[in-house]
Amino acid sequence: MSGRITLGDGSALLRKTLLDLLQQKRTRILLNLADVDYIDSSGIGELVSGYTSVNSRGGELKLLHLTKKVHDLLQITRLFTVFDVHSDEHTALRSFR
Amino acid sequence: MTGQRVSPESKHLEVTLETHVESVNIAEEMCLRVAEAAGFAEEECYRIGMSVREGVINAFHYGNQERPEKKIYLAVDLSDSKMTIHVVDEGKGFDLGEVPDPLAEENLLSTSGRGIFLMRAFMDEFNVVPGRTGGAEIIMSKNLPTPGSPGPNGQGKSGGERATPGQEA
Repeated sequence: MSGRITLGDGSALLRKTLLDLLQQKRTRILLNLADVDYIDSSGIGELVSGYTSVNSRGGELKLLHLTKKVHDLLQITRLFTVFDVHSDEHTALRSFR
Repeated sequence: MTGQRVSPESKHLEVTLETHVESVNIAEEMCLRVAEAAGFAEEECYRIGMSVREGVINAFHYGNQERPEKKIYLAVDLSDSKMTIHVVDEGKGFDLGEVPDPLAEENLLSTSGRGIFLMRAFMDEFNVVPGRTGGAEIIMSKNLPTPGSPGPNGQGKSGGERATPGQEA
């Protein structure tokens, strides 16, 4: 993902990407957000929706390389305690069950 | 955008927006320009822009129920001490006290309901009152940067001043 995950195209693209992966039975998902510099409440809602969809199929959705703005938003909304967030890709991949 | 009016002193700006996704971006862009011109630092501009986005998303989705025949009214006032933003929809209005707390354990995995929280967190003042159209009017403001505080690029407002270490953005 890159750019902005906001109401409209950004959120829709995230939703479609996650749905496509789930339809392919890929339920261990690591989202690299290094190039996502902006996210609004709609984008946060899509991330949460994706998280619950993946979880309900017995999978895991983890986040990698949060930019400062996304990191801060997840912290003030208490979602940092919900998502498994990583700063190292190798460690993140090894953390999947 | 269906209408725009700027006061002679350019301290009051108002626009009427269509109930459309693109109105969210238009409103954000407009308020960011005012905030930058008013001397807010980059981080504060981000917070103002995000709050405007959330206010207009609220009007678009919850207030006007995404019905294209309804309008969203956005106004920005710049006084000597603060920048105030008004977002008015044509919905049924709502009671701020009845908005669920998105930080509550039972709401953490909700896919919506964080907009009001973000506006409250990012602005200095925030309130919702009955609007002139019968819908809700969101009123939020941010205090203007004081002289000597970080300017638009983390520099002093005058541009020529050096920020002290404790003031750097």
